[in-house]
Amino acid sequence: MLKKLKHLWHIVRRLSGDDAYEQYLKHHAEFHTASVDVPPALTRKAFYKLWQDKQWDGVKRCC
Amino acid sequence: MNKYIKTIFWFAVALLGAYALSGIALNRGESINALWLITAAVCIYAIAYRFYAAWIATKVLMIDETRATPAERLDNGRDFIPTNKWVVFGHHFAAIAGPGPLVGPTLAAQFGYLPGTLWILIGVVLGGAVQDMVTLFFSTRRNGRSLGQMARDEIGPIGGTAALVGTFLIMVILIAVLGLVVVNAMKHSPWATSTVAATIPIAMIVGVYMRNIRPGRVLEASAIGVILLLLSVVAGGWIDHNESLRGFFDHDGLPLAYAIIVYGFAAAVLPVWLLLAPRDYLSTFMKLGTITLLAVAIVILRPDIHMPALTQFTDGSGPIFGGKLFPFVFITIACGAISGFHALISSGTTPKLLSNERDIRMIGYGAMLLESFVAVMAMIAATVLEPGIFFAINSPAGVVGKEAIDAVAKINSWGFAVTVEQMNQLAKDMGESSLFARTGGAPSLAVGMASIFGSAFGKHLLALWYHFAIMFEAIFILTTLDAGTRVGRFMLQDMLGNFNKKLGETSYMPSVILTSAIVVAGWGYFLYIGVIDPNGGVNILWPLFGIANQMLAAIALCVATGILIKSGKLKYAWVTGLPLVWLVVITSTAAWQKIFSDDVRVGFFAAANDLSTKLAAGVLPPEKASVAPQLIFNQHLDAYLTLFFVVVLWVVLFDMLRMCVRHLTGKPVLKLSEAPHEPSRLVENWVRD
Repeated sequence: MLKKLKHLWHIVRRLSGDDAYEQYLKHHAEFHTASVDVPPALTRKAFYKLWQDKQWDGVKRCC
Repeated sequence: MNKYIKTIFWFAVALLGAYALSGIALNRGESINALWLITAAVCIYAIAYRFYAAWIATKVLMIDETRATPAERLDNGRDFIPTNKWVVFGHHFAAIAGPGPLVGPTLAAQFGYLPGTLWILIGVVLGGAVQDMVTLFFSTRRNGRSLGQMARDEIGPIGGTAALVGTFLIMVILIAVLGLVVVNAMKHSPWATSTVAATIPIAMIVGVYMRNIRPGRVLEASAIGVILLLLSVVAGGWIDHNESLRGFFDHDGLPLAYAIIVYGFAAAVLPVWLLLAPRDYLSTFMKLGTITLLAVAIVILRPDIHMPALTQFTDGSGPIFGGKLFPFVFITIACGAISGFHALISSGTTPKLLSNERDIRMIGYGAMLLESFVAVMAMIAATVLEPGIFFAINSPAGVVGKEAIDAVAKINSWGFAVTVEQMNQLAKDMGESSLFARTGGAPSLAVGMASIFGSAFGKHLLALWYHFAIMFEAIFILTTLDAGTRVGRFMLQDMLGNFNKKLGETSYMPSVILTSAIVVAGWGYFLYIGVIDPNGGVNILWPLFGIANQMLAAIALCVATGILIKSGKLKYAWVTGLPLVWLVVITSTAAWQKIFSDDVRVGFFAAANDLSTKLAAGVLPPEKASVAPQLIFNQHLDAYLTLFFVVVLWVVLFDMLRMCVRHLTGKPVLKLSEAPHEPSRLVENWVRD
């Protein structure tokens, strides 16, 4: 039961973008460690700004 | 053995669905229970999803699980991201399900509960969900290209431009009509007005919290926002009871419309994070919570439906909007049955998140079924009301008269019982000064929801439930208004960028202000006319929106049919061809009637001529005579707009047919723009999180 609730919480966080920064850090660590001249990961605040502006680019809501 | 049980199970579902549906359709006289509608809907959805959608996925589209999706191939951690299918489903559903499926069925309930319900169920299974699913599939196979781009690549430049212009105009009309719904809900209601006004600073608080105080903690911020919203509903009640405060929020339609126009401009110019994004969180949570609550309440309470299966208004004399059952029920209910707007989300946005093609059935077809279910619940909420009350709330003063006595007499003459005392008591229960002629669908849906919630959780809270429902509708209507104005602005900037590079920059402030002002002026005009129109405005604007939305759906189905035929699947072309033919028939018929009908409540020119004659003869009362020239101009404008929509539709259709004939006779056509096959690396070791 507890495991299921945890899973649900996980999905809610993912759906709402609550864990977007953690996902980004994971992606950054996975894909950008190989080369030397990679910029360091963004701060939480800077990342959130980019993420949110991107979210509203294009048709995102309809009738 | 297992297979045997499965067969029996699906057979039972089919039988139950057929039984429930025939119960609804053949019932005469006795009122039926809302649970029958829910049962029929759920069984039909289950069968359609399990068999029809699965058949389309494997046989028609030939979904390939081993093929890498654009999200995998082009993964950049920003817009292309392979995402868990439930998360994509959630995003997709939140994007497609707006206020449309709540308003349309409420208005269409004037024909009785049966026509609308049947159209919602049949339309979604054969039309709407198919459109969403095939568009999602074709866009996924084309690196997530938008509908307009696909139309250009596959059919030609005409289709692409038509999709673009169509989208822009739909946006303008949609926002106007939704603005009108909010205005009519707030008219002379200090409680509703103050609550809706409070949602703006609340959204800003949430926005600042998410951006600066605790960056990125969207769930925390949303929880605070939801609590504040609920408090604002209660506070609205205090304001309503406070003699000195209520005056600030007690307004006519016109000042409220101006307020919405100013607000819309501000919202389009302000940064996204301050107003639009945080309010979208709040509206999404509110929407999910309220819809779930409504579904649970309907299942527990099993309310009876009081509206007859069919009313006499199928002959075209309906008070809410003029026009016969065919074609207008199919135009009035777009969202929930088939909505062209969805093609914009299914192409471009959602395909960039798909991690595997096999999720297309659940996300494309499944999410649309869920939206259809929302529409069925809206239909239930409208039809559990006593028909007399339903018509008293939804009939504009221009049809039934301004005075309560006249309105009641008129509604009684139609054979629906309602009294002035009954309406006064209802208004008192709901905390409103009057519920007569509150057109637009929001107040009657709120009364329906309040009475359902009220009988579940106690009658003494009716007024709170009513204003909660109004707030819930207003909050995501305002989200659609903001988002739509912004999309219109981007499209306009994109177009202007072809002439002047500077104007095309989305961050160049003079261009932002100019294009926002143009878009707001566009919908602001239609909103203004809608408010001053004594027939309520909904009668004009909603059919116009329906025709435009169905036209966009027809364009999406044209693109899909064209691609099917070009890829050598002529024998399956009926899957999209059938709904396409139906849409062309209803859109063209509706457009023809809106333009040429002699009935002044249907035909735009007839209404304009009628008004001009009366104006010239001097028989109009002074307040009507002063706005008559504007109304006449608007009727002409609407007629030409309708003509434009239907011409665009036929041009795209012929362009598609021309392309298909060329292909079938072996002549060269534009090549399929499908991205080449690349095997997926995610399939083997993909761990679903």
